[in-house]
Amino acid sequence: MNERAASRMRLVGMIRKESLQILRDPSSIAIAFVMPVVLLLLFGYGVSLDARHVPLAVVVEQPDTNTASLIGSFQHSAYFNLKSFDSIHAAQQAFDLREVFGIVWLRNDFSEQLLSRGNASIGVIVNGVNANQARITQGYIQGVWQVWLGHYARSRGMELTLPVALAPRIWFNAAVSSRDFLVPGLIALIMTLIGALLTSMVVAREWERGTMEALMVTPIRIGELVIGKLVPYFVLGMGGMLLSVATAVWLFEVPLRGSFWLLSAASALFMLVALGMGLVISVVAKNQFVAGQIAIVVTFLPAFILSGFIFQISSMPAAIQLITHIIPARYYVAILQTLFLAGDIWPIVLSNCAVLALMLFVLLAVARRKLHKRLDA
Amino acid sequence: MNTLRRIFALAVKELLAILRDKKSRFVLIGPPIIQLIVFGYAATFDLNNIPVAVYNEDSGAASRVLVARLVGSPHFDLVGHIERDAQIAPLIDNKDVLMVLHLGPRFSADLKRGKTASAQLIIDGRNSNTALLALGYLRAIVTDFNIDWARRHGKPGPPATLQIRPWYNANLLSRWFVVPGIVGLLTLVVTTIVTGLSVAREREAGTFDQLLVTPLRPVDILIGKSIPGILIGLIEGSFIITMVVFWFEVPLRGSLGALYIGMFLFLLSAVGIGLMISSLAVTQQQGILGTFLFLVPAVILSGFATPISNMPEAVQYLTLINPMRYFMVIVRGVFLEGDSYVLLFDQYWPMAIIAFVTLSLAGWLFRRRMN
Amino acid sequence: MPPPIARSCSPTEVMNNASLVFEGVSKTFTTGDRSVTALQSLDIRIQAGKVTGLIGPDGAGKTTLMRLAAGLLLPDAGSIHALGMDVVRQPLQVQSSVGYMPQRFGLYEDLSVQENLELYADLQGLGRAERAASYQELMHMTGLAPFTRRLAGRLSGGMKQKLGLACTLVRPPRLLLLDEPTVGVDPVSRRELWSIVYRQVKEQGMSVLLSTAYLDEAQRCDEVILIHEGRRLGQGTPQYFSEPMRGRTFRVTAPGFTKRALQARLGATPGIVDAIIEGEHVRIVTADPRLPDLSPLTSGQGALHIEPAEPIFEDAFIAALKGDQAVASARQLSQFPQVAPVGPEQEAVIEVCGLERRFGDFYAVKNVSFSVRRGEIFGLLGANGAGKSTTFRMLCGLLPVSAGKVQVAGYDLHHAGARARGRLGYMAQRFSLYANLSVLQNLRFFASAYGLGGARGRARIAWALEAFELKEYSGDNSDDLPLGFKQRLAMAAALMHEPDILFLDEPTSGVDPLARREFWQRINALAESGVTVLVTTHFMDEANYCDRLVIMAEGEVLARGTPAQMKARFRSDELSDPTMEDAFIGLIEAHEQGGGDAP
Repeated sequence: MNERAASRMRLVGMIRKESLQILRDPSSIAIAFVMPVVLLLLFGYGVSLDARHVPLAVVVEQPDTNTASLIGSFQHSAYFNLKSFDSIHAAQQAFDLREVFGIVWLRNDFSEQLLSRGNASIGVIVNGVNANQARITQGYIQGVWQVWLGHYARSRGMELTLPVALAPRIWFNAAVSSRDFLVPGLIALIMTLIGALLTSMVVAREWERGTMEALMVTPIRIGELVIGKLVPYFVLGMGGMLLSVATAVWLFEVPLRGSFWLLSAASALFMLVALGMGLVISVVAKNQFVAGQIAIVVTFLPAFILSGFIFQISSMPAAIQLITHIIPARYYVAILQTLFLAGDIWPIVLSNCAVLALMLFVLLAVARRKLHKRLDA
Repeated sequence: MNTLRRIFALAVKELLAILRDKKSRFVLIGPPIIQLIVFGYAATFDLNNIPVAVYNEDSGAASRVLVARLVGSPHFDLVGHIERDAQIAPLIDNKDVLMVLHLGPRFSADLKRGKTASAQLIIDGRNSNTALLALGYLRAIVTDFNIDWARRHGKPGPPATLQIRPWYNANLLSRWFVVPGIVGLLTLVVTTIVTGLSVAREREAGTFDQLLVTPLRPVDILIGKSIPGILIGLIEGSFIITMVVFWFEVPLRGSLGALYIGMFLFLLSAVGIGLMISSLAVTQQQGILGTFLFLVPAVILSGFATPISNMPEAVQYLTLINPMRYFMVIVRGVFLEGDSYVLLFDQYWPMAIIAFVTLSLAGWLFRRRMN
Repeated sequence: MPPPIARSCSPTEVMNNASLVFEGVSKTFTTGDRSVTALQSLDIRIQAGKVTGLIGPDGAGKTTLMRLAAGLLLPDAGSIHALGMDVVRQPLQVQSSVGYMPQRFGLYEDLSVQENLELYADLQGLGRAERAASYQELMHMTGLAPFTRRLAGRLSGGMKQKLGLACTLVRPPRLLLLDEPTVGVDPVSRRELWSIVYRQVKEQGMSVLLSTAYLDEAQRCDEVILIHEGRRLGQGTPQYFSEPMRGRTFRVTAPGFTKRALQARLGATPGIVDAIIEGEHVRIVTADPRLPDLSPLTSGQGALHIEPAEPIFEDAFIAALKGDQAVASARQLSQFPQVAPVGPEQEAVIEVCGLERRFGDFYAVKNVSFSVRRGEIFGLLGANGAGKSTTFRMLCGLLPVSAGKVQVAGYDLHHAGARARGRLGYMAQRFSLYANLSVLQNLRFFASAYGLGGARGRARIAWALEAFELKEYSGDNSDDLPLGFKQRLAMAAALMHEPDILFLDEPTSGVDPLARREFWQRINALAESGVTVLVTTHFMDEANYCDRLVIMAEGEVLARGTPAQMKARFRSDELSDPTMEDAFIGLIEAHEQGGGDAP
């Protein structure tokens, strides 16, 4: 038999063996399919950064038509659930018990100030513990206030003239739904899990069970060993990606504005990078416990926190921003969010793909240097 | 007496087994510190240096004043001026800027004539949360500009103004929100991993049989195995609390005692869950996976990063069985709101119930597993 | 079939025609600041077409040598040639024509027998056309034909080893390296493995290098290389080693003594290198051809009966390695006090009656009954998967019984409380103490677990360190101990609380002959002091130490009685002095042919 045929036979043998093992190992299935579904459902249904139905206490010390119109504006907003309290004291108690997130307080001189001096104040207290939620709630309150100002002016036969009116247009996500950016970003997490965590653990398992030693003394080349191991996990990861995309588009109705094929191509590239990371980790860690820990700390957590998936990279301290440049997920998340929400924006896709390709090259070079068919290297 | 000595010996052995192993030591020390730093610095929703471009077609002074206010804000970073409509899309598309402020040619003229001048704002909505926050910041700038303009030109301002005061976190620093939460996050992770793997590790090493033939009863073994988890959790928790207070300078306003009661109950329930996983897992790999499958939803549904009140109602009910949910309230309550025992009572008792149920279940599973 | 008789060959023949050559090979491993020299300027030559045995105690460097030969390690110095190829420069070419079976052969436990074979056929580049015939041949040879669809993880230990060998042989290599292929394998499977190896040598002209801890297997090799601490002590036919021992080996019996007492005394006598129990007599090896004066041993208790014995390889091995250590170990034995009050001799301490264990509809143990008397060493023998371990686990209360009755010291341990468990000591099949705890911490933990606190606990720990010579290791992690010391530690932990019943589950599996001897000296001393010992083992020579034993197969008891009774059944004209192994294999074969009736 010639060497090429033998090589192909070895490769096919490795791929078949690895695929059979995946199919028989419940934990591979768990990481590849159960975990993505759990994450998708959690993020799709469970997690939202948008504030809706914020419980708000209302204290009106002297009700009249003016206060009624202002409170009416709050009631019309979908963002708030109002609860009336007789005194600021009672409202504060509810606030302390976290029954309400904020208080709108109209003092007994509200109408008098409004009519006589045109300089009434609306007291608002928000719970600042969750700063993000507090800021977003503030924004909603300001929105309600502006709407009410217009109403008020019109009811008195005047035109409200603000010197400058802001006319915001939010591109790509007009409804500003957080699900539309969380769900696509999640694909990066899922592929990192499959590529890096699962792969590093299965290679470590071969070391632990002694099967690696037996493999190494066969005529298999190191390249065949690596490719044979990675192909099945590549397929598995792409399967995870397809599952996530399908869920995102059909279940959560996230728009996919870019081309599906471009998305697949970029994902394939990222999948290779993730597999490369798994491979390099497995060179360092020869038991599953350590491999799992390293994979979580080095790949999963950064993909979660430092990729721009949730947190804005430009707002991080400079040192941390520097670190994000070596996180592959950062580039993939940018591609994902663009392809889903904005469309085929080639400069973004190409530049990020170029970085990913460079990373792949480096990872493969490291793996190639570090992997030997020897036990003591 | 003898029983106590046996349990004590078992707990000492468990602790030694964890601490003498390089890998386990790494797991206990490495990731928590890395996570504390990464979360503490990177996990922030506050926006700084948002890249923004200005498209100013107006030549009047007013528009320059508004732009100057934008440049002066620490939240924004002026990347450049553009001159044509066609330049907007590429800038936003390529993520060079997060938003473009567009002032039309009649901006100053409209203002002068008392007409409302329009300021157009185009925001990249790919990250909706960032978009909303950035919009909020800009709105505040415009509102301030309006009030100033009205005052300077002797025009009446709005008849009623908002006086918003955020309590507990006046500057709305999201670090104050995230960092105390890490106390809960990391103690949960460490405690569940330590206890979740403890039985599986002995099963794989074959020491479990050796343990079972000693006079130790299953209950003794369970107690002996929970003590190290709780101890390590308490130590690690205390370390993180110290870091939160002195390194990240988050105020600690409430009673430490109230915090520690909460932490103890929280660790008890975490140990209960860890031991349940432990009794079910045959191999360490299953143990790792089991802990992972528990930890991810537990963290996401705890209110650690996103408020529970934003979740769908069904999911909100689900969070009631998550001990971390209660501890998140306690730790933030004590740190920022200055809560004490009475206010936190409603968080204590559900955790006590969860701890009781999970520990009993773990005991039951453990005994059943052996038959 | 009996293995071929080894042929002796002249040194010149050895020089030519070598399939594996090591020249001045050294290898040192460094972990942290500790460095261990595994091989030290080693020269060896393995002849083509022969079976060469690599023999040495634990840590001698056997596995390192195998891995170097397979190109898995790089030597620090020296050159290695396999089949004329430089292993360092051309590892891939070497690996294409060399077969290597590591100690723990890497079978994929979640793949079936057939799938494992196919994987290795693919990796070895076996053509499609040749496969069917090769598989059939291998499956037939290994007796795995009925199990091709079974997952490898579900096979018994012996079957796994045979499958591992089959995978290595799927495309017959010219040089076969086997690293301890028979560890933990029962005698029947061992015999089968050997016959497979010899068939390869005969039919394919294969060269085989095989390391083993079973010294009786050395006798089956064409040539033996003895290595110790990384150096070669000698190379030659088994006879080459055993012949110089002629005149130094004897069988001793003394009417006035139990064989254990006699062995202990002989072992402590200066001038005697080795004393082991063999059937009804004690076999001794003397330091020089002159028999030392043994009269003081028997002062006033009748005469010793001494007759010369045929020397075997094991005698040479012990003589070469042990030297005068025997005296030192024997001295330690005096430190075993009377551990338990000796009750009436005939009292049954362990009683098993109609014991059954089902897993689904599979009977792992079926209708097993026996009883063990106080102070007895009682053996449980059987092939892999015969149900020994299951029986054992039920006795210790680790597994509930499906039917039948188990009483240990009057208790059913599965339901009995702490007090009953406090009376027994247990040593598991694998080393099962806490690997990353130090020796002292392990001992402290087990002392407390058995409720020994304060002065008593300290005294027992001091005793354990002293009696098992563990003092100098007391601060080391138990995982870093040499295998023999691990085993001592495990035994010390099991004896911490002075139990009166000791359960030993294959306690000597994988342990080298020197450590095994020492271990049995201790067990004998314990039994003499009144402790009841229940032991399972794969080493048939160890069965000789038992007072009584049962042999199990397929979950049933095949035979019960004393070792002498067992062997007597198989005495025939061709086999005037059957060994325990002959008896065992005879019983198993009779069972397989006769449909399972105990003779």
